[in-house]
Amino acid sequence: MSKHSPADQAPIPTAPVPPAHWAASYEEEPTQASTPPQANGMTALKPFGWAKDNLFNTPLNTALTVACLFLLWLVVPPMANWLLLNASWSGSSEACREAAGACWSVIAVKHRLIFFGTYPYDEQWRPFLACALFVAMLGASGVRAFWRPWLAVAWALTLVGMGVLMWGGVAGLTYVPNDRWGGLPITLMLSVFSIALAFPLSILLALGRQSSLPAIRTFCVGFIEAMRGVPLVSVLFMASVMFPLFLPEGVTVDKLLRALAGMTLFTAAYLAEAVRGGLQAIPKGQYEAADALGLSYWQKTMLIVLPQALRIVIPPIVNQFISAFKDTSLVTIVGLYDLLTAATVATTDPEWRPYFAEVYVFAGLMFWIFCFSMSRYSQWLERLANRYTRR
Amino acid sequence: MTANAIIELRKVGKWYNSYHALRDVSISIGKGEKVVVCGPSGSGKSTMIRCINRLEAHQTGHIIVDGIELTDDVKAVEKIRRKVGMVFQNFNLFPHLTVLQNLTLAPIWVRGMAKSEIEEIAMMYLKRVRIPDQAHKFPGQLSGGQQQRVAIARALCMRPEIMLFDEPTSALDPEMVKEVLDVMTELAGEGMTMVCVTHEMGFARQVADSIVFMAEGSIIESGSPAEFFENPKSERTRQFLGQILEH
Repeated sequence: MSKHSPADQAPIPTAPVPPAHWAASYEEEPTQASTPPQANGMTALKPFGWAKDNLFNTPLNTALTVACLFLLWLVVPPMANWLLLNASWSGSSEACREAAGACWSVIAVKHRLIFFGTYPYDEQWRPFLACALFVAMLGASGVRAFWRPWLAVAWALTLVGMGVLMWGGVAGLTYVPNDRWGGLPITLMLSVFSIALAFPLSILLALGRQSSLPAIRTFCVGFIEAMRGVPLVSVLFMASVMFPLFLPEGVTVDKLLRALAGMTLFTAAYLAEAVRGGLQAIPKGQYEAADALGLSYWQKTMLIVLPQALRIVIPPIVNQFISAFKDTSLVTIVGLYDLLTAATVATTDPEWRPYFAEVYVFAGLMFWIFCFSMSRYSQWLERLANRYTRR
Repeated sequence: MTANAIIELRKVGKWYNSYHALRDVSISIGKGEKVVVCGPSGSGKSTMIRCINRLEAHQTGHIIVDGIELTDDVKAVEKIRRKVGMVFQNFNLFPHLTVLQNLTLAPIWVRGMAKSEIEEIAMMYLKRVRIPDQAHKFPGQLSGGQQQRVAIARALCMRPEIMLFDEPTSALDPEMVKEVLDVMTELAGEGMTMVCVTHEMGFARQVADSIVFMAEGSIIESGSPAEFFENPKSERTRQFLGQILEH
């Protein structure tokens, strides 16, 4: 964003500053006078009045309100009973059988399998540490004060650190091949890396789709339409099963890497269309002004067009990110153990099999935490991007 | 044809598909000359000045700016765009950048100037257009007249030899027209070569060295303001002047 000299850090006045000769009368005016009267202030104090005005104001609304209350009464108490009140929180599967509610002991018993899959049990502190590091870095990367060059250095170190932790084989850590990785590390790494790689690729695809060079345009349109025309499952299947057939003998590409490539290309195609929407929203005059000032194509694109276009498309881009995050659960089809697959495996233990619903509720909660965080972050980012840009 | 012409159009033709936008337009503009282009809407006046910095490409004829002919050659286009500043009807400021950043962006990236150096120059131009106190605001926070003055300052920061104005006051509220015309008049007084598409006949009378009247893609007549207003040669010009001066 803008770098102001310290003298200019003063907040930008929201009202136009009046000329000097107005100053006297302007200052006399209390600042409160300009704030609009709070319409909800009174009604918030009187909940009954509010309910009367909004929920029971017509016979139809009254009927709808009553119907909704009835539905809530049907659903909420049994749900609360199952989830919380009658739930069994610890102990053996026998204790669960006697409890009327959910059996959360299954999570206590199986959480390591859900989170880390078939990673060697005694070494599971390593994926735990790798995930903690990864999530901490993702969180830090969202903080504006940390958007400095050293963040890239920190990321490079983090990735090396994660590699060492996950694979091992150095510093006295035993080697763990990546076909034994599973659970949360797979879900996090696949989704974050595929999104991080797909995003720049999608910008190139969107720009290419608008290119005046027919070869580039045709390639980009062809790629996007081909990827959007097939399900992700078949892309993953192609990447995993068919792609190796095309490689020369003796050359192998890691299964995880192939799935990552498939997810990246698939996500990029969808993202490209979101980015293109932003590009189309930029008025022609912006391009002309940049041209008239003598900016080159890339200067115009990087300095004028993309900063504006990407702001506009924050909501659909984040939508796509969230979708990509959840889509990682489809890698199960090529034999990778993501969080959801690991959860499914956890339910195969005969002793705990009756409590599969609890396991899936838990896995769903894990997905929800990450997706909801992304959603909240995007709202903050939108406000930041549009704070000063009032059109 | 003037010997020291800085802009020269020779028999320039342009089509939008089958629509003939410019028909054999020839004009020669000397260094420091101020030319006002007027005419009814759709007469090709905007198209003509947009051809001078190749926002539009002409199809026949020649356009030579400061000795460089405009062709498909990107290098030639880049050279000419550095010499030619342009002000648009809708300002076209960059809304995501502050006023000061709007001014310094092109000098930094195109001319390779140091940030501190160009910021000083930019503040000087903002003073000249009388809005130095708005330097750190965003364009959306300014009035139309202020935005257009920023746009003029932005073009001037590239130290152009020629300034093109494409209906600079047409999108403004009436009370803001004067503040923009004042800045343009001041600029004209400093010897800038100016080509200005406008309907402000008061400005034309006061500032222009010559007035060009266009209709249906052709130049109908051109001459000094005195000749043009007092003694128009063609019937089409008389009709146009009658329409815009009679109210």
